[in-house]
Amino acid sequence: MDKIVYPYIPNSVPEIKKQMLEELGLKDVEEIYAEIPDHLRFKGEMDLPEPLLSEYELERHVEGLLAKDKDCKEYINFLGGGTWQHYVPEVCDTINSRDEFLTAYVGAAYADHGKFQAMFEFTSMLGELLDFDVVSTPTYDWGMAAGFAIRMAARITGRNEVLIPKTIAPDRYLCIENVCKPIIKIKLIDYNKESGLLDLEDLKDNISDKTAAIYFENPSYLGFIETQGEEISRIVHENNAISIVGVDPSSLGVLAPPSHYGADIACGELQPLGMHMNAGGGLAGFIASRDEEKYVAEYPTQLWGITETIKEGEYGFGDVSFERTSYASRENAKDFLGTQAALWGITAGVYLALMGPKGMQELGEGIMQRVNYAQHILGKIPGVKVPTLNSINFKEFIVNFDDTDKDVSDINRNLLEYGIFGGKDLSKEFPELGNSALYCITEIHTKSDIDKLADILKKVLA
Amino acid sequence: MAKLKIRENYHQARWDEPIIYELSTPGERGILVPEPEPEIKNKAGDVLLNLPESMCRKEEPNLPEISQKQVLAHYLHLSQETLGSNLNNDISQGTCTMKYNPRINEKLAGLIHHVHPLQDESTMQGLLAINYKFEHFLKEISGMDKFTLQPGGGSHAVYTAASIIRAYHESNGELEQRDEIITTIFSHPCDAATPATAGFKVVTLYPNEETGIPDLEALEEAVSERTAAVFITNPEDTGIYNREIDKFVQTVQNAGALCFYDQANANGMLGITRAREAGFDMCHFNVHKTFGTPHGCSGPGSGALGVREHLVRFLPVPTVEFDGEKYYLDYDKPESIGKVRGFFGVAPVTLKAYSWVMMLGAEGLKEVAEISVLNNNYLQKKVEEIPGVGTWYAEGRRRLEQVRYNWIELEEETGVGTDDIMRRIGDYGIQHYWTSHHPWVVPEPFTLEPCETYSKVDLEEYAAVLKKIAEEARKDSEFVKASPHKCASHNIAKPEELNDPEKWAITWRAYLRKHKK
Repeated sequence: MDKIVYPYIPNSVPEIKKQMLEELGLKDVEEIYAEIPDHLRFKGEMDLPEPLLSEYELERHVEGLLAKDKDCKEYINFLGGGTWQHYVPEVCDTINSRDEFLTAYVGAAYADHGKFQAMFEFTSMLGELLDFDVVSTPTYDWGMAAGFAIRMAARITGRNEVLIPKTIAPDRYLCIENVCKPIIKIKLIDYNKESGLLDLEDLKDNISDKTAAIYFENPSYLGFIETQGEEISRIVHENNAISIVGVDPSSLGVLAPPSHYGADIACGELQPLGMHMNAGGGLAGFIASRDEEKYVAEYPTQLWGITETIKEGEYGFGDVSFERTSYASRENAKDFLGTQAALWGITAGVYLALMGPKGMQELGEGIMQRVNYAQHILGKIPGVKVPTLNSINFKEFIVNFDDTDKDVSDINRNLLEYGIFGGKDLSKEFPELGNSALYCITEIHTKSDIDKLADILKKVLA
Repeated sequence: MAKLKIRENYHQARWDEPIIYELSTPGERGILVPEPEPEIKNKAGDVLLNLPESMCRKEEPNLPEISQKQVLAHYLHLSQETLGSNLNNDISQGTCTMKYNPRINEKLAGLIHHVHPLQDESTMQGLLAINYKFEHFLKEISGMDKFTLQPGGGSHAVYTAASIIRAYHESNGELEQRDEIITTIFSHPCDAATPATAGFKVVTLYPNEETGIPDLEALEEAVSERTAAVFITNPEDTGIYNREIDKFVQTVQNAGALCFYDQANANGMLGITRAREAGFDMCHFNVHKTFGTPHGCSGPGSGALGVREHLVRFLPVPTVEFDGEKYYLDYDKPESIGKVRGFFGVAPVTLKAYSWVMMLGAEGLKEVAEISVLNNNYLQKKVEEIPGVGTWYAEGRRRLEQVRYNWIELEEETGVGTDDIMRRIGDYGIQHYWTSHHPWVVPEPFTLEPCETYSKVDLEEYAAVLKKIAEEARKDSEFVKASPHKCASHNIAKPEELNDPEKWAITWRAYLRKHKK
């Protein structure tokens, strides 16, 4: 067989390769690789599958691999817990799949002016949603954003303890714990078993002049809205510590932004704002705060600012306070940055521009109405306890099955047979909640979806 | 034969695009939200009534109100003012491995848009298989024993490595003693910044002025019982391969420390040389660089971190496993560092990279490496023919996949420096090139990396454009210094304002407050 000419490798054309080698006075590329000592050369054969050289074969192969998988288009999905199913407007996909944005990287703001402006508009719109003047370029995900925010607070206060409610998502906690580990001690604060809300007495007992910050979330991992935000921030500020709130921005059309109940730093997850779930690949975190120098100085991410160019009336963009970052200052920087999740920030901007104030309001209200309805309907099923907490919930809520004779894992297996992904099993993460699952409902759920869930649950629990 | 063309008449789109808030008209809608059915509304009533007042949003958020066509047009304009690598001869962004990002892989990644990561494993066996198989590819390419695909980018993978090193020494009761990590100045800034974030002190080695790489003796002097690890790239961003890398590794390991290989510069090494042969304990790949997935304006990417057997127990949870019948997620790692990101990785990036490897196979990967190295040497010859260009260090030694050049001579002659030329190259339809990470070390640097997806004519065009700009610098230095002239936007009038707390504006509201009083 002739030598393969690869479609992505123009100079694999033998004649061209030969011409290039000749021009360099070489017979073989091996003469360049002579730079690598022989004993460091890999002599074996990589055990890789035979290539699928044509695009068609590749497509058949990948489609074949995924053919038996199911997704949340095919099944009705009630899973949330860190990635949530929302409607993604087509324009979001149109914009983020354009090669201009999709394949750009670290180009400066002259030829990549549009990238800078799109990102600036994203931070501007998220800033309005949060009522904060400073918003980071996106970081990896909510967990890393929270970890970075806590480290910012430790540097600002010169203290080394953080208080976190025990209701935090266990997976997010693992991430925060690793980020905090070398310098910050985490103290977990109890919660009220009736309401899920933070136990203010335990907070007062644990807060001290070592406390850099409290970090709590709204809505919480378990779905309830932490309604004591003002009181928590007041206690924290009395102790000269920083109030950090992790927030799901899809709630902010109807819920007060953290800055209105005393948060000094907000952080959270962008995935609900126009990103597909992507099996967890849609995550992108953000950090935001007031525009105070001592806060801005501690951000680890890039911050892009607007300014003017030499051409009158033309906006220009650039890095704000670049020396903070590890690109400028290596180990002396504020933590580190790198390739994170910029495209999802641009996409979140497109989403917010499409939704506008009314869209975000209707989104939030419609979700809460559906959740209210679902809790009502599901609570009527014999053996099913919902609500379990005396709380107000946003898009997630706990469903308890203690009074049935089935485990959550069995129930979910049964639901699967009917084309339903049941809620996330909480029985290992929160044993004190018993045989419970975390259900998620958003604007994508119709009445018939919710009614079907109730009908099938009745059937499998009967 | 394709024709060499310098795009003299190029002009980037310049839409004079307003900020999105300036497009807003009260009442317009970009999209409508699906309303709950009347039965739901009736049953639920006013759900906001139950909220305490402090938790209710009192005023609607100040988001723009724009019809859909106008939103779409706005972002299309902004996209046209962005020079993605698939559009241009992006040899420019050296160290970044800008190669073609195949369209088919984007289409295939769309197949998993609607997968929730917590779905029952039985419903995503194909997806988990792709993760597992891609991990196997990486094991073959590196010789490592096990990978995690959880980190969301290269620096994130290096950070994960630093976290694992901390856990390793902690488990041996040596963490207090071993509090230093050694790196080199030509390794990526994350090789210094992430160990510092993980709690280590950082020692940085500088290159020997002749060879361009740190001397083994310098390393021997730096290594002690306090050394936790070395974080090193090879070839470093200069493109010079460190022939004594295995001796570096042995020196460090003899002192009881670990060796992490930053493989951001792996493109010229696929199937040629591996982390294992050099003795490394761990290595990482920037999946979004080497494996052909798009950079997305800087993410989502993926950093794959590989370790040898003795470090497997510290990897983040979950890992993807196969029991002979089914694929599953394994959370059972009591000594794990925990997590560095939600769920099990950036699944679409993994899928695209898997597809990329599947289309090439072992022979194709080697072709990628060989052509990238050949392209680089060919380009180097052309670039070094341009009067005013220099290449520091290791004269006579061949570079692998990239070269750090300099304009020292041209700058001395004309006053036109590398930043000026960087801006000017955008006027020829080519992305601004990468100068160097900070600190520069090499004065007036520029770093070019002509990956395998550039043609011979692309290489020639690139060199011809640089040559032309150097001539322009000699003829009319002010013209080059005032560039860009034909990009989407111009030089910033007052760059110092970006460092002034009274002036910087990170959001539109801050801009209005500070500048439009």
